[in-house]
Amino acid sequence: MLLQLFFVFVMIGAVSFGGGYAMIPVIEAEVTGRGWMTTTEFTDVIAVAGMSPGPIATNSATVVGYHVAGVPGAIVSALAMTLPSLVIILIIASIFVKINQNKLIKSAFYGLRPIVTSLIIYAAIKFAISNGIIGLDFSFEMLKYGGIFLLSLVALLYWKLHPALVIVLSGIIGIIVF
Amino acid sequence: MKTDWKLLSKIFLSFLKIGPVTFGGGYAMIPLIEREVVIKRKWLKMDDVSDVFAMAESVPGAIAINSATFIGHRIAGTKGAVCAMLGTLFPTFLVVMGISTLFFILQGNHYLESAFLGIRPAIVALIVYAGVKISKTAIFDKTTLGLTIAMLSILLFTPLHPILIILSGIILGIGIIKLKEKLGLVIQLESGHSNEAIMTKEGES
Repeated sequence: MLLQLFFVFVMIGAVSFGGGYAMIPVIEAEVTGRGWMTTTEFTDVIAVAGMSPGPIATNSATVVGYHVAGVPGAIVSALAMTLPSLVIILIIASIFVKINQNKLIKSAFYGLRPIVTSLIIYAAIKFAISNGIIGLDFSFEMLKYGGIFLLSLVALLYWKLHPALVIVLSGIIGIIVF
Repeated sequence: MKTDWKLLSKIFLSFLKIGPVTFGGGYAMIPLIEREVVIKRKWLKMDDVSDVFAMAESVPGAIAINSATFIGHRIAGTKGAVCAMLGTLFPTFLVVMGISTLFFILQGNHYLESAFLGIRPAIVALIVYAGVKISKTAIFDKTTLGLTIAMLSILLFTPLHPILIILSGIILGIGIIKLKEKLGLVIQLESGHSNEAIMTKEGES
């Protein structure tokens, strides 16, 4: 099991471009595909990861590892997730290239950035469906979920509240309305 | 090379202090790294640090951890890189474990369940917010808009694994730019705003 965790997160760590949120659908595909968790359980993983300091993708890997195989699982997952970056950085640093000014790298990012955007939009749609925020049968619950969603989005985009604060506040609202 | 344990432990401890500050995005770390690494310890110059942040973005992984690793390497080679990386990782790892343990203990608690019913829509909002932020630098011409829409459709309607989609992005990016060069089209590699920023940065140095 630890070996599986290591393999999965080394693979994800190697393609973690464009900020942690793009990795959410990637990790989700792996953990639900292997039957480790449901998408709703994984949403709660993101909640725990987002409430903690540190990068959201690495944090999510830690929580998934902990869920699947306890403390050793958490350690293996966190290290596996950062190992590819370490190796790549050591290679880059020892050959002294300024990769950020390399044209080939820039061209790669020209294609990567839009794809990272679609990955994040995809994650949002998928999570909205699996958590009952959008769906075919209308219910009163959906209205409450929708309300919290809109309120959180406004808080993030316009009131510039900190993401961790938004998570905590939405938890308090949840206790009040559910 | 002889191992300088004193230097390595200093690197570890410096990043141990900076690690917990990386709340929701590595950029919050920049001023702290500058203060610790440039001003207090005098390990690097200010210019080196801005270089490091630019490079950290182009490597897979979290910017905070990548920057720490790059800086650790500049100070003390491979061992320095490992110490800086572990130093950044360690405190946040402990916090994540603490919160996870708390949730495992409280599982099934009525209040916690209701709290999570409220948190789940907020997580969706958080993801949408991240998407809005990145779209501002990612989508700036017809090609990037087209690519975003095409890839979103592929993700939604085909069972292709997201990792394949990411790898195809690298190939498509390089391919499209090469093609545009051949056709003699005007090439813009980054959104207007960031190009300007790079130009002024180069102008200064």
